[in-house]
Amino acid sequence: MAETHSLQDLRQQAAIASKVFIQRDYTSGTICKFQTKFPSELETRIDKQQFEETIQTLNNLYAEAEKLGGKSYLEGCLACLTAYTIFLCMETHYEKVLKKITKYIQEQNEKVYAPLGLLLTDPIERGLRVVEITIYEDRSSR
Amino acid sequence: MGRGKDAQPSSDKDNGGALARGHSTMKNCEYQQIDPQALPTPTPTPTPPSQPCPEKTKKQQRKWEVFPGKNRFYCDGRIIVSRQSGVLPLTLGLILVTSGLFFIFDCPFLVKHLTSGIPVIGGVLFVFVVISLLQTSFTDPGILPRATPEEAADIEKQIDNPGASSSSTYRPPPRTKEIVINQQVVKLKYCFTCKIFRPPRTSHCSLCDNCVERFDHHCPWVGNCVGKRNYRFFYCFIVSLSFLTAFIFGCVTTHLALRSRGKLVVCFFSVWSILGLSGFHTYLVASNLTTNEDIKGSWSGKSGSEDTGNPYSYHNIFKNCCVVLCGPMPPSLIDRRGYVPEDSLPSATVEIQLPAAKNDINVTAETSKVLLELASAPAPLAAPVPVSVPGPASKLPPAPGLPVDPAQGSTSAGGGGGSSSVLNVSSPADKRRPRHGSSKRATSSHSHKHVHTHKPANGTASSPAPSPVPALAPDLSTLQQAAAPFLSSSSSSTPVGLKRSSSSSGSHRRERRDPKLTSQH
Repeated sequence: MAETHSLQDLRQQAAIASKVFIQRDYTSGTICKFQTKFPSELETRIDKQQFEETIQTLNNLYAEAEKLGGKSYLEGCLACLTAYTIFLCMETHYEKVLKKITKYIQEQNEKVYAPLGLLLTDPIERGLRVVEITIYEDRSSR
Repeated sequence: MGRGKDAQPSSDKDNGGALARGHSTMKNCEYQQIDPQALPTPTPTPTPPSQPCPEKTKKQQRKWEVFPGKNRFYCDGRIIVSRQSGVLPLTLGLILVTSGLFFIFDCPFLVKHLTSGIPVIGGVLFVFVVISLLQTSFTDPGILPRATPEEAADIEKQIDNPGASSSSTYRPPPRTKEIVINQQVVKLKYCFTCKIFRPPRTSHCSLCDNCVERFDHHCPWVGNCVGKRNYRFFYCFIVSLSFLTAFIFGCVTTHLALRSRGKLVVCFFSVWSILGLSGFHTYLVASNLTTNEDIKGSWSGKSGSEDTGNPYSYHNIFKNCCVVLCGPMPPSLIDRRGYVPEDSLPSATVEIQLPAAKNDINVTAETSKVLLELASAPAPLAAPVPVSVPGPASKLPPAPGLPVDPAQGSTSAGGGGGSSSVLNVSSPADKRRPRHGSSKRATSSHSHKHVHTHKPANGTASSPAPSPVPALAPDLSTLQQAAAPFLSSSSSSTPVGLKRSSSSSGSHRRERRDPKLTSQH
């Protein structure tokens, strides 16, 4: 009766039923933002609220990465003065946030998505074009 | 030197000695000793998150080795240049020679007669110029990785959906999508080569055969595209070069005036042309425009002034400058030094024709059946992976060097629903593409065809047998590893697409308008 899967179950019966791609939302310009529209394929799998919350958090994290503020300007000016050689030594703010995003996605996968037979792919692996959600076929007997 | 920070410093030290050019056989991956049992915390750009250190006998390729664009890579993927390196050596040579002559002949005289600050200033400017030139040339300009086959299929599905595309005439209209940004209607075009809808301000460079974000232009002097990630380097380069040439010119003039009071060799034009270019780019920076948009008149034609037309401008010169030059440095999206995920089918190269289908299931079943037969690998998973590959069947053998249709780009009637695919189930050996990436491309000018070189691992094969799902360790990393054959990495599957590029944007060359006549020195 339980529709939850453990990661082990998924692995043993890891049959990919389909993939859903959440495209970018460009209405606010070129910043990295994903559409929060709930895809129909996920209707049976996951709660709309949960999904939207995940995407919204991702969007917020990306916004933080691309935020134009004092800190990023400082970083930019310093880089300019050193002929951008500090990029060789220093991790940029963007990259730090990307790491945070990766952690978040892993955490979400572990806690929320894998039990439901879904897997989120980090958008950076897809060139920040899409959020790829792999739907695993539910083959476990219920 | 801008490498886009796609390698951690520690990995640099590890691989420091290995300036492998081209075909790296390095399995040097000390930095990647991730315990597969432990939960990895992968860094997004530098290393592939779900790939442990390859302790396999098979050589693992880095993604730059299978990169589909026309680029060259050095230092094991750390340095990227366009294959058309243009006249970068000439640029460097001119700068070095001119500066060298200046330091040798003019400086001693001027130090004696004027001030010893002259060589210092000259030296600083020279260093700035060379560093920013090299960074501009060697940095990934903001290349967008091509769509994975599943993504491409998904997009095709959406396009073919009635309602999404406008008409159902024989020649469907070009694939565009309209969105509204800041009360401005912006058209997103579909790139046939990269199989994506290009984000706003992105353009496909036909010389490099890549979609580049915030594409400015392809600069032959620098031997690379100028785009989102290296525009600031480029701007720094031309501004510092302006100062350097003006400085040298001034010093030479002074020198000659003090010494001979005679004829002055006027290198006016070079100075003015570089100053002109700097001025032009300063204007672009202040209005948050790209050369591409300015040339095409994307925003200025629409309303009276450019300010209200451009939806990306902040309408504040200072803010625009800050954003363009000092904004956050975006990461490289192409993950050059990541490893290509393993192939799961060891079969020989086969070409399969896929029938025209708008029905995913039919194609899927057929595809997977065929693949299963060919692979003759046990298929523990019965559920087929849906791959919608629409289009009429036509066999298109990959042929190198077919000409690009110059008028194409997204404006061509690519055919809603009219694209066929030839599925190449290639062996791992075949998957190794030449560094310059495009020798197996086939293009067709008008036919609605796409040619895929499709790595079977990527979701279409329902047989993951050669990389069986690891049975132990109940954690996410192994799940991801299991899924890795299905999670086709963006650049490892190298779809051989059409060489359709929007020639108007991609091949614009700056030098026609503002030649940098450093050669006149």
